[in-house]
Amino acid sequence: MKLANALRAATALTVMTTSAAYAETITIATVNNGDMIRMQGYTDDFTAKTGHEVEWVTLEENVLRQRVTTDIAAKGGSFDIMTIGMYETPIWGANGWLVGLDNLSAEYDADDILPAMRAGLSHEGTMYAAPFYGESSMIMYRKDLMEKAGLEMPTAPTWQFIREAAAAMTDRDNDINGICLRGKAGWGEGGAFITVTANSFGARWFDEDWNAQFDQPEWKAALDFYTGMMGESGPNGYATNGFNENLNLFQQGKCGMWIDATVAASFVTNPNDSTVAEHVGFALAPNSEGVEKKANWLWAWALAIPAGTQKEDAAKQFIEWATSKDYIELVAENEGWANVPPGARTSLYENPNYQEVPFAQMTLDSILAADPTNPTVDPVPYVGIQFVAIPEFAGIATEVSQEFSAAYAGQQTVEEALAKAQALTNDAMEAAGYR
Amino acid sequence: MARAVTQQRKILNTTLAWGIGLLIFFPILWTILTSFKTEATAIADPPVFLAFDWTLENYTAVLERSNYARFLWNSIFIAGGSTLLGIIIAIPAAWSMAFVPSKRTKDILLWMLSTKMLPAVGVLYPIYLICIKMGLLDSRLALVVILMLMNLPIIVWMLYTYFREIPGEILEAARMDGASLKEEILHVLTPMAIPGIASTVLLNFILAWNEAFWTLNLTAAKAAPLTAFIASYSSPEGLFFAKLSAASTMAIAPILILGWFSQKQLVSGLTFGAVK
Repeated sequence: MKLANALRAATALTVMTTSAAYAETITIATVNNGDMIRMQGYTDDFTAKTGHEVEWVTLEENVLRQRVTTDIAAKGGSFDIMTIGMYETPIWGANGWLVGLDNLSAEYDADDILPAMRAGLSHEGTMYAAPFYGESSMIMYRKDLMEKAGLEMPTAPTWQFIREAAAAMTDRDNDINGICLRGKAGWGEGGAFITVTANSFGARWFDEDWNAQFDQPEWKAALDFYTGMMGESGPNGYATNGFNENLNLFQQGKCGMWIDATVAASFVTNPNDSTVAEHVGFALAPNSEGVEKKANWLWAWALAIPAGTQKEDAAKQFIEWATSKDYIELVAENEGWANVPPGARTSLYENPNYQEVPFAQMTLDSILAADPTNPTVDPVPYVGIQFVAIPEFAGIATEVSQEFSAAYAGQQTVEEALAKAQALTNDAMEAAGYR
Repeated sequence: MARAVTQQRKILNTTLAWGIGLLIFFPILWTILTSFKTEATAIADPPVFLAFDWTLENYTAVLERSNYARFLWNSIFIAGGSTLLGIIIAIPAAWSMAFVPSKRTKDILLWMLSTKMLPAVGVLYPIYLICIKMGLLDSRLALVVILMLMNLPIIVWMLYTYFREIPGEILEAARMDGASLKEEILHVLTPMAIPGIASTVLLNFILAWNEAFWTLNLTAAKAAPLTAFIASYSSPEGLFFAKLSAASTMAIAPILILGWFSQKQLVSGLTFGAVK
């Protein structure tokens, strides 16, 4: 008996010292989003399970993008895990900058990851980042105002219905705008929104020979429609509104409709922050009449391991922990199902507890309706819905969105903005050797 | 009559000065007030000025989430270290330019200042690579050296301007009395230029404290100062103004207090030699 106890004690001691010997401190760069911050609060659970410590570097999205790009291109090794998006992942994967995540453990169940997310975070079949949470875009609307206007929101409305409803819901005397949409310059802000809107009017960024397509009638139709509708029913100064500005307006009860990221659903239905929490309904993003493609995007904030890190095993363990089914259960247990990171795993949407969350099904439907490999009506040589997955896109799209924002603000006409966008995009693509 | 006009002008000037002062201070005041609001009140429209339920929840959340003491210590170390190192190098440089100028002194001074015109991002990649090669990425030492180099032209220029106001005859007299170069600089020049040196130190400490390009790009978890602490509270998706304001207030509080206590030295130093 004594011998058995001694053996047990020795084994335990060996395990403890072994795990201590392999315990690492990993550094993770991330953005300041609600789900990410929540994850930081559960770091102790990861440390208790693996012995590894975690140091967090939280940065503003654009600073983070610049910071991790510099570090990974220079092989700085400052981070063992980086939070990156669907735009960077396939590009960096192709460059050999990221560690492939194909050999994750069987318990992790990588096949459970939503196919659209997995495809968007892969290059040539290898997944280079694991989705922590995913999102598409959808319509969030005020059921009370819609009813007051005598209209009923279809599950899959057209842009024409949205414009009509926006005009009917607008009440300038009471400071209610029928619709709030992004107009702010920036490829990830207004640029993303106008790109998916254009997709739903049959437009595309490039033809199959990488020629810019802003001189085509579909782009003009999309921009004319957008500026016309926003002029009729949008808020003043919409040209400078992005996600947070519109969130603010919607939560203050100043928007009849808002089309934006599905992740916003949990904010606008939270009675602590939103004055209209109990009145919010959801619908699929619209399409133009006669066009099948809807104006919804696909995005994921995902965790990736930079190639060359000395702590690859510990980093993989963290990614498995943070994007696992167990983590979702952990958050649900402590903070409720509405607060779990959405849009990454199929099993979450099969969970009866999660199905009771009001925006769960619409989020899933929106994600499933997005196809990054076939984003437009006409064929394109690129992957990505609200972006084009080439390194040059961020710079080009930022300039293009600045021209569009200037048109929204009335500083130039839609025709002028499109002509400038056409010229600058073709110049940049020629300089980069695509044409 | 003349007395009444003077009195009127005095009142007008005082009111104008207070008005401009409050206008400049208003964004800081608004940040401080916002830090005591809830996220919902922080974005309320119309904005609420004072009549809101004051709360400390943002400070609690910030202190729970971030290691404020580490960020603060890094800021003090980096700003203090770079200023001290800069002063040690700049005093002899400014002395030689002020008291033993050569034909090229003015050109050198202008060339030094021209380096400030180079956009920092232009040398980001080379400096990043140097830091990697020397193992100085995410280290306070790298930032002390880089911020010192960045601010050195300003330090030398300011000290040069102050030193030129000191009569060279005094230094000559010290030399005739047998003072060595070191003694001349340490025991004769430096005490006379204390107001100028103090204001140079303060200004450069503030510049280094607020520097947000190199401190964000060359740090990660270990050497990040308060600028990185503030940057971590901005969010692309979600409400963050109240917590960001709390973080900003905590980041500017030390430098604001330092500025408050040293404003006399700062003003007297900056106006040193302005009137002969």
